[in-house]
Amino acid sequence: MIQVKDVYRSFGTQQVLKGVNLQVQQGEIMAIVGRSGSGKTVLLKLLIGLIRPQRGEILIEGEDICQLYGRRLDKMRERFGMLFQGGALFDSMTVFDNVAFPLREKTKLSSAEIAAQAEKMLESVGLADMGYKFPAELSGGMKKRAALARALITAPSIILFDEPTTGLDPILVRAIHQLIVDTHRTFGYTAVLVSHEIPEVFEIATRVAMIHEGRIIEEGTPQDILQSTDPLIRQFIEGKLEGPIRPI
Amino acid sequence: MQRVQPTQWKVQSVSLMVTFLETLGQKAIDGLASMGRMLNLLIAGLLWAFVPPFRLRRILRQIHFMGWRSLLVVVLTGVFTGMVLGLQGYYTLNKFGATAMLGPAVAISLIREIGPVLCALVVTGRAGSAMAAEIGIMRITDQIDALAVMALNPVKYLVTPNIVAGLVTLPLLTAIVDVVGIYGGYVVGVLLLGVGQGVYFGEMQNLVGMHDIEIGFYKSLSFGLIMSWICCYKGYHTRYGAEGVSKATTEAVVMSSVWILICDYFWTSVL
Repeated sequence: MIQVKDVYRSFGTQQVLKGVNLQVQQGEIMAIVGRSGSGKTVLLKLLIGLIRPQRGEILIEGEDICQLYGRRLDKMRERFGMLFQGGALFDSMTVFDNVAFPLREKTKLSSAEIAAQAEKMLESVGLADMGYKFPAELSGGMKKRAALARALITAPSIILFDEPTTGLDPILVRAIHQLIVDTHRTFGYTAVLVSHEIPEVFEIATRVAMIHEGRIIEEGTPQDILQSTDPLIRQFIEGKLEGPIRPI
Repeated sequence: MQRVQPTQWKVQSVSLMVTFLETLGQKAIDGLASMGRMLNLLIAGLLWAFVPPFRLRRILRQIHFMGWRSLLVVVLTGVFTGMVLGLQGYYTLNKFGATAMLGPAVAISLIREIGPVLCALVVTGRAGSAMAAEIGIMRITDQIDALAVMALNPVKYLVTPNIVAGLVTLPLLTAIVDVVGIYGGYVVGVLLLGVGQGVYFGEMQNLVGMHDIEIGFYKSLSFGLIMSWICCYKGYHTRYGAEGVSKATTEAVVMSSVWILICDYFWTSVL
């Protein structure tokens, strides 16, 4: 279980998170939605210890990741996988090498075993014949799938998705969402997913939290959010210009 | 036009002074923080070199990139520098009837000063800039964060192999520059201008000592460290997209070159 307790984080004079509280249960897909610049990506980076909060604690299975350093932090991070917004594939390596990379670096498996696992993983994301290509030769959707394969290869118990469908066409958005659902069913990980895809993300999330101006203002099932009467949430999910949220 | 009252003028001057001092203070704090980060990266980069796994393959790859791929340009630099030294040295020494000293003059200039400095500047321009750009692009495309997420230390993975490669490669390349430079001087001095071959090498053997070679070695070692450290630092702390990468690359080359020259003066005055 992930527990975020009263977390504050600022950059310079800009206060990005102002007391975030959130709980993610084991095995669920928690979608975090909110406007651009509301602190969603910062929250994901805090969850995996890439940045540290100025106040508050983040408990992963009861252990505060903010208090971990060195090998203990590495040990904790081995439970995680992360799919970055742009994929963050290593551009000097082929797709196959990218997917095999975590196994080569973190396990003592033989080359044959690593190759077999990487090929199987590429097949499960629909990139069976693309292993020899470099990331620059892939389309946006393929990059996301390759990044998902890399995130899944070590079978982590928690996967963080940072806008996994941004910039993709509506069909690819559904395809990536379906891939997340399928792999979630197969591997049983806990997913925290930051997304702007409203209402598509509600189809795959088990729970949704809306973040606004550095605070979680609503948390519940997708149905709860869709039926919310809060004018902030209504304006956001309906994408209206009029309402309490200033468009620009 | 409204006249500014004396009290208003005083308030404005005080306000300007405060703004100036604030900006100055902020610049000083930023500079100190940057120096702290640089030192931190150097210490971490060096210490990780002694912690297994040693990533020999990455180190060899960087040595290949920094050394083998710079070889042609380094050899050309060495040959033509030696030829220029031979030519200038001959005309100068000829005025005093001391052309026999051409060999030692070329060799000492190259081994103690010009070889290490030119080699470091050439490698900085060729490999250091590429190093800063590569790490910078990895930073802005989240590849460095991806390494951290995989529980791999980015400093150990990216910075340490470059620092080790810099320490190994620069002395080796400098030795090559020295040798080809001496032969460049030989081509001009002996083959074109008629200094005796035995005189050229004989006087060199008499006057160039192990101490001169040691000075050149220490210099090239420190230049290798400076170049790889500064270029890695600039790449590692790149910000703001493509423009940030270009800025980091330029700063890496300029800062490394300046520090190499400063360090050269320091070594020359101390040793």
